[in-house]
Amino acid sequence: MTSKKTKAFDEVLPGQALPELAIPITVQLITAGAIATRDYFPGHHDKDAARELGSPHVFMNILTTSGLAQRYVEEWAGPAARFADLKIKLGAPNYPGDTMTFTGEVSGRDEASRTVQVTLKGKNSMGNHVTGTATLVLP
Amino acid sequence: MTEAGAPAARRGALNSEENILAEQEFMPAVRAMVGREYGRVYAWDAVNAPMIRQWCEVMGIDNPLYLDADYAASSEHGGLVAPPAMLQAWCLEGLHMNNYAPGSTDENPYEVLKLLEANGFASVVAVNSDLSFDRYVKLGEKLYYTTRLDAVGDEKTTALGTGYFVTLKMSFFSEKPEGDEQVGQLLFRVFKFRPANPVKPAAEGDSAPAVPKFKRPKPGISDDTRFFWEGCAEGKLLIQRCTACNTLRHPPAPVCSSCHSFDWDSVQSSGKGTIYSFVVMHYPEVPPFDYPNPIGLIELEEGVRLTAGLVGVKRDELAIGQAVQVEFHTFDDELILPLFRPVAQ
Repeated sequence: MTSKKTKAFDEVLPGQALPELAIPITVQLITAGAIATRDYFPGHHDKDAARELGSPHVFMNILTTSGLAQRYVEEWAGPAARFADLKIKLGAPNYPGDTMTFTGEVSGRDEASRTVQVTLKGKNSMGNHVTGTATLVLP
Repeated sequence: MTEAGAPAARRGALNSEENILAEQEFMPAVRAMVGREYGRVYAWDAVNAPMIRQWCEVMGIDNPLYLDADYAASSEHGGLVAPPAMLQAWCLEGLHMNNYAPGSTDENPYEVLKLLEANGFASVVAVNSDLSFDRYVKLGEKLYYTTRLDAVGDEKTTALGTGYFVTLKMSFFSEKPEGDEQVGQLLFRVFKFRPANPVKPAAEGDSAPAVPKFKRPKPGISDDTRFFWEGCAEGKLLIQRCTACNTLRHPPAPVCSSCHSFDWDSVQSSGKGTIYSFVVMHYPEVPPFDYPNPIGLIELEEGVRLTAGLVGVKRDELAIGQAVQVEFHTFDDELILPLFRPVAQ
């Protein structure tokens, strides 16, 4: 649940940790996420097609991962934090039955632009599904 | 966006000689495309509340900036805006491959992927998505993007298979009567590859779990080392001893390095020792281990040293000379390993 209060630039300091967020990875989340992002690639909703492509099951699409990364950061930062960027890199796939746990910390702060940088990773049982950074403009 | 490469029938495995020939034939055409700019691809729908609401519902996002008109009106944006991570989704073609909205270019911004596919690299996974935002987009805005093929890497082999990293740079615009305005950019990188291990379609009743279970690697056990692992199973840390000259040795070996005798037995260590040296593994993170992963070279009070995982330590407390005590941990219900925990000096 997004905090209705937005973090103020002055209260955010490098090294601060974001609270963990564990997200169960399900067939429903993977397929609904693909369709909500208008991504009808068969590997995201058709298990047999995914297997043909070398995966044991449907796997999460990168646009859903971006959405979940946005959620993780803004649940901490609050509704009025504005993303200047959101950069992610994928590693181990998210398959149904797994859990992805986000961790993150404040990794940078710029007075002039009133921005902070958050470094995040989302880890599942096979390693890091996603690593990335987000730059936020804070009030 | 992985649908960019229509999944064509995969070609049969080529032998390595044919691979090289194939590369020589098609790669110049691929390289020639690098730097090419592609025209507009329009969004089917203007930025709208129903698609935003459904996206937020799936992602588990309840930020009122995207969902509550009253709250959004009081924000710096002055009204409802789309979640920034939705930017790319607005302009995807949807259910039908390469079916772009009216007004879009006739060019295919993903022609390089099609060319790679035609040469046997049928599979695709997205690797990087670097979004940057000039501003958030509001309800009613009509978006389009243009594409530049930025780079095609050299052939690489990863755990997935062999193929090419392809980097596209897209610029997103909002169409305005007074002049179009850039709203964001996306660096998008995919790996276009020939799968190393295609998985056969599931047989009837196949219920194999999708997520592979990663277990601790097991030691190789030989006639020389079996006593050590059997000792661990009984909660004993055993050290090999030469019965001819009483010299202790670890790791276990068939012959005494001191007197060259082949005769040996074992003695039980107290399990007390000190950290002689240590290393902390940070990268790469390999399952199932936890990171940072501290590993010690332990000097036992009997005089031999062994390598083992450390438990209950904080990085800034790790020090050479720290007193430690063995304890035995069971992994995966089958593997018992000696680990060491710091104790008071």
